[in-house]
Amino acid sequence: MSEPIAIHVPLTTSRVGVAGFTIGIAIVAFIAVVALVGNQLLPQDPFIQDLGNRLKPPFWMEGSQPGHLLGTDQLGRDYLARLAYGARISLLIGIMTVITSGLIGITLGVLGGFFGGRVDDAVLFAITTRLSIPVVLVALAVVGLMGSGLGLVVATLGLLLWDRFAVVARATTMQIRSLDYVNAARCAGASTPHLLIREILPNIASHLAVVATLEMALAILLEAALSFLGLGVPPPLPSWGLMIAEGKDYMFFSPWVIMVPGVSLFVLVLGINLVGDGLRNLLGSERLR
Amino acid sequence: MVYLIARRLALGLLVAFTVMTLAFMLTRLSGDLAISIAGPAATQADVEIVRKAYGLDRPLYIQFFTWVGRAMIGDFGQSYFFKDSVANLIGRRLPITLTLGLVGLSLALIISIPLGILAALRENTWIDRGVTMFTMVGQAIPSFWFALILMIVLGLHFGVLPISGTGTWQHFVMPGIVLAFTAIPALTRLTRSGMIEAMASDYIRTARAKGLSRARIVLKHALRNAAIPVVSIAAVQLGFMLGGSIVIETVFALHGVGYLGWESIAKNDFPVVQAVVLVLAAIYIGLTLLADILNALLDPRLRTG
Repeated sequence: MSEPIAIHVPLTTSRVGVAGFTIGIAIVAFIAVVALVGNQLLPQDPFIQDLGNRLKPPFWMEGSQPGHLLGTDQLGRDYLARLAYGARISLLIGIMTVITSGLIGITLGVLGGFFGGRVDDAVLFAITTRLSIPVVLVALAVVGLMGSGLGLVVATLGLLLWDRFAVVARATTMQIRSLDYVNAARCAGASTPHLLIREILPNIASHLAVVATLEMALAILLEAALSFLGLGVPPPLPSWGLMIAEGKDYMFFSPWVIMVPGVSLFVLVLGINLVGDGLRNLLGSERLR
Repeated sequence: MVYLIARRLALGLLVAFTVMTLAFMLTRLSGDLAISIAGPAATQADVEIVRKAYGLDRPLYIQFFTWVGRAMIGDFGQSYFFKDSVANLIGRRLPITLTLGLVGLSLALIISIPLGILAALRENTWIDRGVTMFTMVGQAIPSFWFALILMIVLGLHFGVLPISGTGTWQHFVMPGIVLAFTAIPALTRLTRSGMIEAMASDYIRTARAKGLSRARIVLKHALRNAAIPVVSIAAVQLGFMLGGSIVIETVFALHGVGYLGWESIAKNDFPVVQAVVLVLAAIYIGLTLLADILNALLDPRLRTG
């Protein structure tokens, strides 16, 4: 089965790897804190419009207002408050999607890898089929036909992004299914569910954690793309993708309206990927396939 | 070899049929299609007329097999919005998407293979780390945002490229660059790891001992082995790129299949949506098949499997 998992090559010196991991953790932690308490601490409301104060520039530009650190959008809503609220949406989508897709993918992968034979054939077929489905198009179609909403976006992405979980869970389960400690547990009379949950799962968990970071980054990027195309999180919720879409008409004269949410998105995804890379180096699981 | 191809072909057909089923179910998600086609101003009688006219009054399984039967011979029905056959619509748009995909893939290969080789040969230096950094950045940039940045920089500030539309070859440059960036990180990392592995192998030591030139060792012996996974992933990546081009085509108003898909979703034009999903999936299936065959040709060890 050929499929494009970004093959990882461990960073060359562990010092560089650890530095990347630390930076990644710091970025993700900072954005998580902003998502959790940002809107409680900020005096501005992300939803209140102020049409007299439309498209005010951020603090580093001329004409900025002290009350709006990152300026205001085309409806005069405070950009910083919207950005903080958008962090909440991105992280929520990322985490919920990983939980949903992880549940599906890990179940399929572990079953296929453990039992082999017909079960494995069926799992492989499911993975092959899933990979041939154009994700963005189908996600757009589902949201377009059923109406936009946070829950629907999570459900759609969760049902689409389980393939890598399944591939990795299957491969790692195959590697360990006949190791001594699994056989020992079997001889001791452990039931199959016990073997799967208590013996197999904990021993492949580190590999799955790496996949989880990759999928979380992917889900966040996909949600932003869907919202950007108008078929994701519905307005007035400030998803970062939606903020970029709303700012698009003004970008040639006020480029910061797309720079602020775009850079935030980039930094968050970079942070998550750095954490994933660092985890992989620390766990020494350089070959995921 | 023949057995390998036959088996892969059978699997591909089975997958294609499953995707057809899913695509059909997908468009039935919205509930009563007749109501959404007839529009908000329609009376109950109008809805019934629409239902009859489009065959939506028949049982689902009959609708499904009628659709599958016709799709087999290239008849995807009529578009509700464009008043044209779906096959015609897709036929006209497909060359644009394929051109974009090939431009993107070529750019991606031109950039990522030399970068990957360079990083591998200079392993553990700042060049290597720079390349790794570059792939991390490439992975984290949202493609639609990158597209907008390019529009501002290349389209507005330098004014060298058109911002949107389909007219000339210049219209494919910016979308091609953006699409290439979706594949560059994976291809670069793959080339790098493949080259590192190849350079450390016994046959390279033999080649060195024979006194072959460094260029010959790298390009002829190491690259040929490192290229095996790259070729297969490149074909598969092209499939992913065509599927993902929907975002890029929409941003640049490039009227390819992806843009058509987006338009039809917005207009509830479900025969077109079904067909676009199917066509993109079929292309992907075809490309993975091609990748497996190419692999078998490049690597004699795989021919027996």
